[in-house]
Amino acid sequence: MTTSVRRPDRVNLFSGGVDPAPAHDSGSTGSPAASNAAELSHDGAAGAHRGGPVRMPRHLLSAADLDLATAEHVLSTAERIEQAIAGREVRKLPTLRGRTVVNLFFEDSTRTRLSFELAAKRLSADVITFSAKGSSVSKGETLKDTAWTLQAMGADAVVCRHSSSGAPQQLSGWVDGHVINAGDGTHEHPTQALLDAFTLRRHIGGLTGRRIVLVGDVLHSRVARSNVLLLSTLGADVTLVAPPTLLPVGVGSWPAAVSYDLDTALAGADAVMMLRVQTERMSGAFFPTAREYSRSYGLDIRRRALIAPHGIVLHPGPMNRGMEITPQVADGPGSVIVEQVANGVTVRMAVLYLLLSGEISQAQDAPARHRTVGGPA
Amino acid sequence: MTGAVLITGAAPYGEDPTDLLLADGRIVAAGPDAASHPSASDAEIIDAAGLVVLPGLVDLHTHLREPGREDAETVESGSAAAALGGYTAVFAMPNTDPTADTAGVVEQVYRLGRDVGLVDVHPIGAVTVGRRGERLAELAAMANSAAAVRVFSDDGDCVSDALLMRRALEYVKAFGGVIAQHAQEPRLTEGAQMHEGEVSARLGLTGWPAVAEEAIIARDCLLTDHVGSRLHVCHLSTAGSVEVVAAAKRRGTAVTAEVTPHHLLLTDDRAVGYDPVFKVNPPLRTAADIGSLRQALADGVIDIVATDHAPHASQDKETEWDNASPGMLGLQTALSVVIGTMVQPGLLNWRGVARVMSEAPARIGGLTDQGRPIAEGEPANLVLVDPDARWTVRGDELASLSHNTPFEGMELPGRVVATYLRGRCTASAGALVGRLS
Repeated sequence: MTTSVRRPDRVNLFSGGVDPAPAHDSGSTGSPAASNAAELSHDGAAGAHRGGPVRMPRHLLSAADLDLATAEHVLSTAERIEQAIAGREVRKLPTLRGRTVVNLFFEDSTRTRLSFELAAKRLSADVITFSAKGSSVSKGETLKDTAWTLQAMGADAVVCRHSSSGAPQQLSGWVDGHVINAGDGTHEHPTQALLDAFTLRRHIGGLTGRRIVLVGDVLHSRVARSNVLLLSTLGADVTLVAPPTLLPVGVGSWPAAVSYDLDTALAGADAVMMLRVQTERMSGAFFPTAREYSRSYGLDIRRRALIAPHGIVLHPGPMNRGMEITPQVADGPGSVIVEQVANGVTVRMAVLYLLLSGEISQAQDAPARHRTVGGPA
Repeated sequence: MTGAVLITGAAPYGEDPTDLLLADGRIVAAGPDAASHPSASDAEIIDAAGLVVLPGLVDLHTHLREPGREDAETVESGSAAAALGGYTAVFAMPNTDPTADTAGVVEQVYRLGRDVGLVDVHPIGAVTVGRRGERLAELAAMANSAAAVRVFSDDGDCVSDALLMRRALEYVKAFGGVIAQHAQEPRLTEGAQMHEGEVSARLGLTGWPAVAEEAIIARDCLLTDHVGSRLHVCHLSTAGSVEVVAAAKRRGTAVTAEVTPHHLLLTDDRAVGYDPVFKVNPPLRTAADIGSLRQALADGVIDIVATDHAPHASQDKETEWDNASPGMLGLQTALSVVIGTMVQPGLLNWRGVARVMSEAPARIGGLTDQGRPIAEGEPANLVLVDPDARWTVRGDELASLSHNTPFEGMELPGRVVATYLRGRCTASAGALVGRLS
């Protein structure tokens, strides 16, 4: 599963060109990127990450859009942002002053919406949030109509959360601004994977060869899809654990091992990430009862003790306490669940910064934006 | 009637070129003597040197959308697409609004088609009232109506109830009908968006497993045997379905099957990018399935190519994948796709094309005046094809009111030069030629 889901031949409807230059120019009175250079000064080696040159994609739609060097650059940029803010009385950077970030949330998600809002505001962007439950269709218009509206408003970035898989990618073909997938249906949630990787690196160091176990509803989990892609890109050994009914047909092609037995998978693992089990799955005959699920796939104190001594416990939230995770584990030692939320803001600042400032795409050769990750022809 | 037409130098079935004289709706002379026939004196002469002539194409599976969704297609616009695509007869699926489940509605569609006059429109009747799968519609009334319905289908939905399917298969024996089944086990395909496999897993789209089609086909073949009736399988899409139908045919089941042009060419990875123009039901499958489907069509396990021409208005396609309507245009691209996928690779010759796109669909649909041999005395339903032409598909240049072609921008081989319906030219050089009325 190293392929991108980006459409290779999408023509931008609004420019008449294929893959136009970013719509916003940097202005005549000093570009935000330039004025920010000192703030987020490089380690002088932006192009020297593992795995070759950094190639920031135009949109962040899938974790597959990030190769090793780029993923590491996003994570190290997040670390620099955290350091830059740490010593400040006003926890705000001027980086994206004058830029407009639209949060387009077609699906309820307080946590992710607030995280993106805060990230954009801490970078001094103008932020508008549009929440509409359900699809564009339920309002009588198409997704394309919504895209045209955003285009008319001149959004520099669109952060899109949608209950339909692929909606952010569709939007990216219709608007000039940068589109960030904030979770689409059962497809992906790439910034969640980035914040998880950021959190993992902080606690267990480099991810090469690290054993990370993802447990739960892989079939319907966008968090699982993005994490499998990103963590494997970063060199981790990922194991998926779920009842067979909650694993997709075709999971065999993913860069991850698969197991039905949690105890075995946990033995000596460096981290375990519990996935939320949606309540509607409980009545959908995917497993007999919540109790049986919990017995087989829940993380309790006994199982917690199976992972490595330095190992940590993650959960993207919101948790079903007592279902997939017991309170003793969720609130116990090695649980980094609350820290994940804080790291989410930092990582999203890094993503917004890198996409909007154009730092990388200016520093790197032009073909970077044309990159596709070897999707089917 | 229209004037006589003398077609010179056309190659029937791509074989030896000959002359054909069309008059009074029939082929009145075929061969070198046609030009000296009395009717040829004032005939319009069509130089068809280098062209292949085939019996007019027959589509057993078309959605004309009228009544109900005249913003997507009408009988008139769909008839135009059919004529331009080389068709002289189409069967119109009953998933309209109101449903074509009564003699009144099927007669309305039949008359609309007759009034347009570009192609024979044969309505298909719904098997169950409102296509709801609960109780049989008045099948005999539709059979006895002016539309003389012989094909019945709940297409778009499966007649999934086994007892209801048994009764339908039994009941239509009384008037020589056939049940055309949309094979889709509903529980196995709840919320299904695309073929279940590696691509659906990656894209996070709910899978439509091959077994949901294969299980229904197997069941229906057994039911057909049991009650001694006749079954037609719509848009067969998987290698496993090919095996099921092949096995049934070996033991003598009266089953026929169709494949669509898009299932002969396009794979499930077209869904990458989430453009709903590639959303269709049954979904695009894998390259392995395509290989099996092509071979089965060549071998006769699959009897016909049917378009499943399914126009959708832009608002039903330019939206989220899971909210978009499934379906693709097909009437104007079908012959070219068959040439590209079957003729050029050597799987089918022109005789074979005539068989799978004209003769067999006419036979399955109970038509006696379509899909006939190119011979003296036969109805003059013909299509002239330039086998060497190539053209680029542009949705907004197609005759349909909708533009949802999955072949947009593709260069396809073969082009319809002219279509003749009972001796009258309905389409010529890519343009319509008048109407009957």
